Order: sequence, then C-alpha cells, then structure tokens
Amino acid sequence: MRFLSSRRRSRAAKPLLLAFALFVTGALYAGFAPATQVSADAGTSALVAEGKALFQVSCSSCHGLNGEGTTQGPSLVGVGAAAVDFQVATGRMPMAHPGAQAPRKQNTFTEHEIAAMAAFVAALGPGPAIPEPPVYAPGNLDERAIARGGELFRTNCSACHNFEGGGGALPNGKYAPSLRGVEPIHIYEAMRTGPQQMPVFSAGAIPDAEAAAIIAYLEELHAQPSPGFTLGGLGPVSEGFFGWIIGVGGLCLIATWIASRGARAR
Amino acid sequence: MAKPAKITSSSPVLETRRPDVEADGLARFAGVGSFLDDRVGLAKIARFGLRKVFPDHWSFLLGEIVLYSFIVLLITGVFLTIWFRPSMMELEYEGTYQLMRGLPMSEAYASTLAISFDVRGGLLVRQIHHWAAILFIAAMTAHMLRVFFTGAFRKPRELNWLVGVGLLSLSLIAGFSGYSLPDDLLSGTGLRFVDGLIRSIPIVGTWLEFFIFNGEFPGDALIARLYMVHILLVPGILLALIGAHLTMLVYHKHTQFPGPGRTESNVVGYPLFPVYMAKAGGFFFVVFGVLILMGATMQINPVWAYGPYNPAQVTAGSQPDWYMGWVEGAIRIMPNWESHILGTTWSWNVFLPGVGLMGLLFTALGVYPFVEAWITGDKSEHHLLDRPRNAPTRTALGVAGMTCYGMFWLAGGNDILATQFHLSLNAITYFMRVAVFVAPVIAFIVTKRICLALQRSDRERLLHGSESGIIERSPEGRYSEAHVPISHGEAWTLSQHKQYSPVEATPGVDANGVPLPGGGVSRRRALWSRRFFRHDIPKPTRAEIEEAHSHDSHADDDVKALEH
Ligand code: HEC
Ligand code: HEC
Ligand code: HEM
Repeated sequence: MRFLSSRRRSRAAKPLLLAFALFVTGALYAGFAPATQVSADAGTSALVAEGKALFQVSCSSCHGLNGEGTTQGPSLVGVGAAAVDFQVATGRMPMAHPGAQAPRKQNTFTEHEIAAMAAFVAALGPGPAIPEPPVYAPGNLDERAIARGGELFRTNCSACHNFEGGGGALPNGKYAPSLRGVEPIHIYEAMRTGPQQMPVFSAGAIPDAEAAAIIAYLEELHAQPSPGFTLGGLGPVSEGFFGWIIGVGGLCLIATWIASRGARAR
Repeated sequence: MAKPAKITSSSPVLETRRPDVEADGLARFAGVGSFLDDRVGLAKIARFGLRKVFPDHWSFLLGEIVLYSFIVLLITGVFLTIWFRPSMMELEYEGTYQLMRGLPMSEAYASTLAISFDVRGGLLVRQIHHWAAILFIAAMTAHMLRVFFTGAFRKPRELNWLVGVGLLSLSLIAGFSGYSLPDDLLSGTGLRFVDGLIRSIPIVGTWLEFFIFNGEFPGDALIARLYMVHILLVPGILLALIGAHLTMLVYHKHTQFPGPGRTESNVVGYPLFPVYMAKAGGFFFVVFGVLILMGATMQINPVWAYGPYNPAQVTAGSQPDWYMGWVEGAIRIMPNWESHILGTTWSWNVFLPGVGLMGLLFTALGVYPFVEAWITGDKSEHHLLDRPRNAPTRTALGVAGMTCYGMFWLAGGNDILATQFHLSLNAITYFMRVAVFVAPVIAFIVTKRICLALQRSDRERLLHGSESGIIERSPEGRYSEAHVPISHGEAWTLSQHKQYSPVEATPGVDANGVPLPGGGVSRRRALWSRRFFRHDIPKPTRAEIEEAHSHDSHADDDVKALEH
C-alpha cells in the first residue's frame, strides 16, 4: 500500500492506470460477452461482416443500417442470435407488410445466411444465443419428465396457445399461433426471446431441463393417434357445430326419407 | 313454372274417434298376449294405443330423435357408471396413458382416463354418450322450434308446451352436470364459470356458493354431488316428464298439417300398428346407428389432452358445450359493470348476462302460448297446424329470437372466429354488442316481409291459378302467359286457414256501470292485437275467386297480358 501511495503521484501513474483499466474492462467484457464474441476469430468476424451486408440489404429498411431501429421496426440491439434465428427461420422476418403481427411464412434464406445475420445482430449486443441440440432435445427424458412437461405447458403456455398447442386469439387482431409442426429449436428460441405478445421465459423462470420437457411433451402429444377425426381440435365449438350438421342434419334427411315412404304392402 | 304448394300424402284416412277400427295385428300376439291380458288387461291398453294414428311429416320425427337419443344416453350412461368413480380424492396417476404418468389428479379424472384407455370399448361408449348428449339437446331445440313455428303449442297443448320447457331446462342441467364430472381442465373451467354465476346473485351468492361447493371453490364434494344430480335426480325427473309429455301427446292426439281430407276433428296418417311402429322402431336403430358412427369416427371431449383440473391453469378456447355457448357469449361481450352498495358487490357484468338472460329465455318460452292467446283473443282448439307464413308475426318473432340467440352464440366463440377468420377479437366483441340488439330487428322485418310475400303469392294462385309456362302470341302480336287452375286439394290447403281480425277494445262495464262477467278488452290489448295482425293479406273470398275464374276464362285476357 505504501508502495502504491508513494508512486501515486509519479508521472507514469496516469497512463499506466488508464492502460490497466482498459485491460480489466476488456478482460471482463471478454469473460461475460456471449460465446460468439469470445471466439471472435477471423472466421466469425467474416461471418459478421457477411451478415451485416445481408442485413443491410434485407432488413435495414425497417431496423436501420446498424440494427438501431426505425419507426418501421424495433431496435435489435441485445435481442440476441436466437431472436434472429427464430424470426427469420420461421419466415416472420423480413416482414412482408405491416400488420397486427408478422405471420409465419416460407423462409427464403439459407441456414448459412441466417447464421450470418444472427452473428451480426449478436455482435450488436449480448442476448440469448442459438441453442445446441442437447439443450432443447436431450433425448434422455423419461415419461414422468415428459408428463411434467405437459403440466408446465398447461401452466405457462396453454392460456394463449390452447391445451394442445392449437393456438388462440389475443386482443386487437393478434393471436398465439398453433404449435403443431413447429421445430423444437424454434420452440426453445420462442421461450427465450418472447416474440411480440409472448412473454420471455428466461432460464430463471423455466430452466433448460424444463424447457426440454415442454418441447418433448408437445412432440409426443402431436404424435398421439386420435380417436377419429379431431374436427379441427377446437374443442366444444366444433363439436357442437358437427353435432348439429351431422347429427341433426343427417337425421333430418333420413326422417324426410322415412316420412316420404308410404306403406306399400297395405 | 311456380311449384304447387305441397299437399300431403295419399295415406289412408283414419278417423281416430271411430270406435270400431280393429287392432287386428293383436291376434298375432295370442300366446303371451292372452297371458298378460288376463293379468293386466293388456288388450284394452293395447287396443287404445294401437288404434292411434300418427300423421306423416318429417318434422314430426324430431321429437322421436330426442326420445331415442335419450334412450341411448341411458344405455351408454349405465355402462359408464360401472367404472366411473365420482371422487375428488387426489391420487398419482399410474395408468396406461404415458403423458400423464406420475401427475397428481382427482380419482374422477383418473377413472375417466381408465375408461378411455383401459376399459375395452370404454372410449367408444364415452364418445357415443357425449355425442348423444349433444344430439339430444340439439334435436330438442329443433323439435321445440317446429312446435313453435307450426303453432302446435296452441290450445289444448299449452300444458304440454310447458312440460317441454321444463324438459329443456332440465336437459341443460343434465348436460352440464355430466360434462363436469370428468374433472378435467376444460370442465373445471366451466365449473368455475358457474361458480361465478352463482356468486353474482346479489346478497346470497356467496352463501349459495359455500352451500353448493361445500366450502370455497372447488371444494372436495362437488363431483360426488354432481354425480347424484347427473345420474339420479335429473334423469329421474326427465323420465317422469317425458312420460307426462308422451301421455299428453297420446291424449291430445298428434296435430297435422292442413290438407285435403284433414280437419280439426280427424287425424290422417298411418295406424300406430303396424306401419308406424315399424317406421318408428326402424328409426330408433337409425338414430342409434348414426350415434355409434359419430362416436366411432369423430373425437369428442379428449379429456386426456385437457389435463387434470388445476385452478391455476386455463386454456385458450375454453368453451362449454354448444347449449351453454350463448350464455358464455353474453358474458364475453357484456361491458364490465359493477356497483358497490352498502359494502356489498353487485356484479351486473355476470349477473345480467348469465342468470338474467337464462331466466328471460325460459320465462319467455313459458309464457308465450298464453301471451299469444291473449293478444289474438283466440280461444278455440287447434289440431291443424299453421303454415308458418299464415302467422307472420309469430314466425317473425321466432326468427328474431333465433337470431338473437345465434348472435350470443357466435359471441361465445369469438376467439375461434378471430383465429379461424383472421378477425380482431375486439372488433368482433364490439360488433356483437350491437348485433344482439339490431340483428333480431332486421330478422323480424325481413321474415315478416317474406311471410307476407308468400301469402300474396298464395292469394295469387288461388285467384288466377298457376303459371303454365306457356307463352302465347295472339294474332295482334300480344304475348300472354296462360294460367291453369290449381287442383281442389291445393286450393283447400291454401285457403283453409282462419282469417283472424284483431280484438277490439271494449269497456269492462255495461251501460249501467256494472262490470261484465268476462271483463272488457283493454286498449293496450287491442293495440297489441292490431299490431299482431297488421299487414296480413286477406285470403280471397268465395266471390272474389269466382269473379277471378270467370274473368280468367276469357282467353284473350287483355288485363292479364298487360299485367304480366
Ligand atoms: C417491413 C419492415 C421489416 C423488415 C423488412 C424486417 N423487420 Fe424485423 N421486425 C419488424 C417489426 C415491425 C418488428 C416487431 C414486431 C414483430 O416482431 O413482428 C420486427 C421484429 C424483429 C425481431 C424481433 C425483435 C425482438 O424484440 O425480439 C427480429 C430479431 C427481427 N425483426 C429481425 C429482422 C431481420 C433479421 C430482418 C431481415 C431479414 C428483418 N427483421 C426485416 C419489421 C421488419
Ligand atoms: C401471453 C400469451 C403467450 C404465452 C403465455 C405463450 N405464448 Fe408463445 N406465442 C405467443 C404469441 C403472440 C406468439 C406469436 C409471436 C409472433 O408471431 O411473433 C407466440 C409464438 C410462439 C411460438 C412460435 C410458433 C410459430 O408458429 O413459429 C412458439 C414455439 C411458442 N410461442 C411457444 C410457447 C411456449 C412453449 C410457451 C410456454 C412456455 C408460450 N409460447 C407461452 C403468445 C404466448
Ligand atoms: C326430453 C325432451 C323431449 C322429448 C323426448 C319429446 C318428445 C316428443 C315426441 C316424441 C313428440 C311427438 C312427435 C313430434 O311432434 O315431434 C312430442 C310432441 C310435442 N312436444 Fe316434445 N319432446 C321433448 C321436449 C319438448 C320441448 C323442449 C318442447 C317445447 C318447449 C316440447 C313440446 C312438444 C309439444 C307441444 C308437442 C305436441 C306437438 C303436436 O302434437 O304437434 N317437447 N314431443
């Protein structure tokens, strides 16, 4: 301590301190920044550059040249690579036309292009990364864990997405889409990034193991055979509809036929 | 060429009041028959029953669909009671359905899963039972509408109509209590809804809730209580009421549509035995068969997908079965009104659309026959049905009521409409708030206009016959369409109905101020009566018809050529 305090006023002290502070900040940043940043080698920066180019062509009209956001679209600083992967791979982005909600549609980008744009957006600020398969599909879940995933799904998601992920309406023309046929990775990314009206379910709220259980439950549920036509899986509304059409309607046709037959052998 | 009005059937005329019609089919039952006859007097009962005549019209079979689906409900229901356990005791599921393994749930839900997955044929019977319940109430509604639109509720059948209203309201309870038994997420949400309705009853709501649920929702007694209601109480009353309903039907004899040879004092149709019995018996199997097909091919109430009830959970698209949908809709579109008076909460937002609307519907149904009789002043008996066009105001009222019901019903599925047709939930809600009031008025006006137009065309046919479709050109180059006279049968069908005139206001006292025995006719009543019959197209008088016919017979009918 005495050593430091005695040299404190030395002429070299200020530049040295500045260098030291810079070093510590850089080290800390390297330590806490997302994985894509840690291994910021030549390959990644090439990817980022490629992504930037693609982004400026396809996305900047709404999100700004550096993802800073415009009146047409929100800022993408800190949304993370997972958000880009989810939005672009499910065809939501680039948004075709303004509306209540960007709908799912055919994705026209290659996997590599998506990875490039994701890398660029991730470089703008830290956010959730694109998960690896062991995270969202560990493949070692027993049936109890999957059943528990069902319970978690009903607690956290079915209020918007309906009991079997059939989708549901939200106010002002927005809706929670059907989850049938959605890739496991996108389910994971949706939970972590919370697109639009959907809340973010962070790892603190739903740890990776539970997220994987929810995903496994949805996969299993949608693979179940159903006892007959599901009538759209909309519950009592479609049941009542078909009850009237087929039950009452069909029997009325038969009744008409019966009533129009006379007794021939009289 | 306009289609001739349908005149019904060439079936044999049977005067049911004639005492000498032989129930000759009985002879074939000789063995067992005479045994029973000696002990319970079967022959007398049978001769009375078998001599009955039942007119043929498809809409008269609606009541039978109801009856048969009720029988199917009883049969399949007994099967289900063998395995269902009405208990809310919590257990951990260890059955065959993997996606539930190890979850805590009530015994009732676990036994429903067991019926679905472990009992042979269980799922099929569950689905048949549920489809039969849907069909039961749907067919009952259709049956009621046919009784309404044909005026079959008029004297002397008002009491049977009242029994019917009772049947309808009880059936809603039967359906709802059964729907709630499995204790799955959807039915639990429905129970929560009813819990809200009960609580919204001013002042006593909370006490009622505690009484019914044996404590706070969901309590631990409800399923067992609902079970009692569903398999004992309501079916018992339903059976008794159906018995009364059918007895009265036999006693009054069935109504019939007007047609040649059909009068207020006969019933034209096939004898109950053997023709009608064969038809009805066959129809039972048809109804049963259709229900089995529906149960076998169409999924209904997949409780395993809903999951066990948990008050912390809810699912998008939570709807009740169709017959409660209109109440659900009313609550969905109701503005959020609530007031606090002297420390009590009055939840108008739930009470008015829920309890109020149901009360309104059943009261309106119950009093309608009496209100109509009061307005029309019609005290005579009716065994011939009205053609709906000949009672335009009633028909229009009925369609307006159906439209209002339908709007509430649509509102109950507002989220499904929003997702299926890409509409905004808010827009649908605002639209429906207006539509429930405006749409019935439009429906009333349109229906009444259609009825009057049909009356006009009936009058036209009576006076001038039917268009032959043959255009003739006269030597001077004039074109005209020849009309051919309609058959006597059709003319009778078109003109048999009674022409009502509104009741006139009369003072209730005679010239000396002494009250008259029957009382007078108030002005208000006379006003309603005028409104009820306003615009009716008078049916042509005999003189008018003769006039028109002699006129028509001139081949070179200038007037007509100009008219058409
Ligand atoms: C027509 C304008 C438009 C275009 C073009 C567009 N976006 Fe968007 N983007 C939006 C809007 C508006 C939102 C916010 C609403 C939404 O998510 O639907 C959004 C949201 C996003 C989000 C989610 C942000 C968050 O908070 O999670 C991402 C990621 C995104 N866009 C990426 C892209 C990418 C990558 C492209 C180019 C391939 C692109 N967008 C093109 C308008 C656009
Ligand atoms: C508050 C309502 C809400 C809740 C709760 C919710 N979501 Fe969503 N979810 C949405 C909305 C709205 C979207 C559509 C977002 C968009 O299109 O940008 C969505 C989209 C999704 C998608 C994308 C589907 C597709 O078509 O690509 C998935 C996957 C998803 N949610 C999964 C979940 C899971 C799993 C949960 C529970 C942990 C959940 N959601 C909870 C509202 C919700
Ligand atoms: C459990 C429910 C019911 C059953 C099983 C049932 C059964 C029947 C049957 C079999 C008939 C004779 C056939 C026909 O006209 O369709 C009938 C007639 C009749 N029903 Fe029902 N019905 C039920 C509910 C109702 C309801 C809800 C109403 C009206 C509110 C009603 C009012 C009548 C009337 C007035 C008749 C006499 C019709 C006539 O003679 O033309 N019934 N019912």
